[in-house]
Amino acid sequence: MTTPMVEAWHVSKRFGSLVVLRDVSLVVPEGEVHCIIGPSGSGKSTFLRCVNHLEQIDEGELRVGGELVGYEERDGRLHELSYRQTAARRSRIGMVFQQFNLFPHLTALQNITLAPSLVRRTPAAQSRERAMQLLERVGLADRANAYPMQLSGGQQQRVAIARALAMDPELMLFDEPTSALDPELVGEVLQVMRDLAQQGMTMLVVTHEMSFARDVADTVIFMEGGRVVEAGPPDEVLVAPRETRTREFLARVLR
Amino acid sequence: MSSSRPTTPLPVVRRRRLGRVPAMIVVVLVATLIVAALASNPRFEWGVVGEYLFSPSIVQGAGVTVGLTVVAMAIGILLGIVLAVMRQSGGVILSAAAGLYIWFFRGTPQLVQLIFWYNIGALYPKLSLGVPFGPQWFSVDANDVVTPLATAIFGLGLNEAAYMAEIVRAGLTAVGPGQREAAAALGLSRWHSLTRIVLPQAMRVIVPPTGNQVISMLKSTSLVSVIALAELLYSAQSIYTRTFQTIPLLIVVSLWYLAMTTVLTLGQRQLERRLNSGARGLRPAAAAPRPHE
Repeated sequence: MTTPMVEAWHVSKRFGSLVVLRDVSLVVPEGEVHCIIGPSGSGKSTFLRCVNHLEQIDEGELRVGGELVGYEERDGRLHELSYRQTAARRSRIGMVFQQFNLFPHLTALQNITLAPSLVRRTPAAQSRERAMQLLERVGLADRANAYPMQLSGGQQQRVAIARALAMDPELMLFDEPTSALDPELVGEVLQVMRDLAQQGMTMLVVTHEMSFARDVADTVIFMEGGRVVEAGPPDEVLVAPRETRTREFLARVLR
Repeated sequence: MSSSRPTTPLPVVRRRRLGRVPAMIVVVLVATLIVAALASNPRFEWGVVGEYLFSPSIVQGAGVTVGLTVVAMAIGILLGIVLAVMRQSGGVILSAAAGLYIWFFRGTPQLVQLIFWYNIGALYPKLSLGVPFGPQWFSVDANDVVTPLATAIFGLGLNEAAYMAEIVRAGLTAVGPGQREAAAALGLSRWHSLTRIVLPQAMRVIVPPTGNQVISMLKSTSLVSVIALAELLYSAQSIYTRTFQTIPLLIVVSLWYLAMTTVLTLGQRQLERRLNSGARGLRPAAAAPRPHE
């Protein structure tokens, strides 16, 4: 068996006295799409942010491509790595944020070329060419020189996806990528994500879009109160959930 | 009838602003009075003003003023950045130390601080470096170190740092945490995140008030005349205590300050224009709300 892309074992995290993740374990095999659903405050976004070490964990282990992110194991304990060491690992994990977080002082094109040229030292012409290909792929080649302010929310999010893809990630994390969008703009972003899934990208998606989860996900994970309550194929979890709490949640969101 | 359709558009006659005419007359009148008062009173001694405007000691004094402004401002900005980062560090002790510093330097008059530093020799006749109550590595006589120049540079710089710290902090906090997170997620180093993402966006907030600080600093340097440093004002004072041409020399000084602040104002405007054109999309995204959860 090959190494899974994401492996989480017994991950726990507290913010002060508030426990946000309790003993979370999950595995995402390479090339699969896993969607995490659950009510707000269930810890799903926090878990996603732990995967690329934007948040520290208090217990457990998290591996991406078989390697720990942000920590190294020494004498049976996890020791946090320096920012520099973590950065190298992060550069292979793409992340897309709810609020897009594009760099407002840079054009769409510059947003995409920045990390390849600073982190990978890709020659300017080469990173430009690649950025144009990516903009083409998300349908925004004509907006290459626009500043984020001049783009709609859906366009900004598509640029943000292209920016993440420019680092040739082995894994893409999506943190509620459509939650900040006007309803009519959600579709264009989901379409880009569908295409990406079809091309075999490994994806971990925190989402409220049940139809996306049903159509695209290999596994749907339901989280509540910092725990994984139920996980399985969308046909089971979304259609015939075993747990009462999953049923209650779905009844509320699908109503 | 209002319901019938007009065939031609009605011309509009602009309302005449009659109030402007009397206001203009008053302004012209007052201006004439001022010019007359300036020209007719021989005690202004305009000839003396012209005589001293470019005299070597005045020009030298202006040079000292400019030099003092540059060096004290540089200290203020660098120390201000350090204090701002300390306040934002999240460490309780670092943040409290920076807060105490700012509280002290903003809460006491600049003039009092300068005189205090100048007289530090009365408090500590010997300045030394070493372990408290332990061995000393290095010790000097306070009077050898606390020269007017050193007092002026540090007295102005330390005070300025307190103000710059607040300005830099406002700039750094204006850049939302999402920007640093996006930079981190892409694998950018801390240095690149600060220099390529955070600072360029913070600059728009930091530069305009810093320009005001520079202009304010240029004028504040006149305070160090009380500790006998030969900057612009002191140079003029040392002439008029001899010649008793107080008014003409104060006019000379004022003309120099006006000329220098005018240059600074123009430079500031130019710089702000460049910052604005170089970063069109900046406004809303920097203030974007944080995702919850």
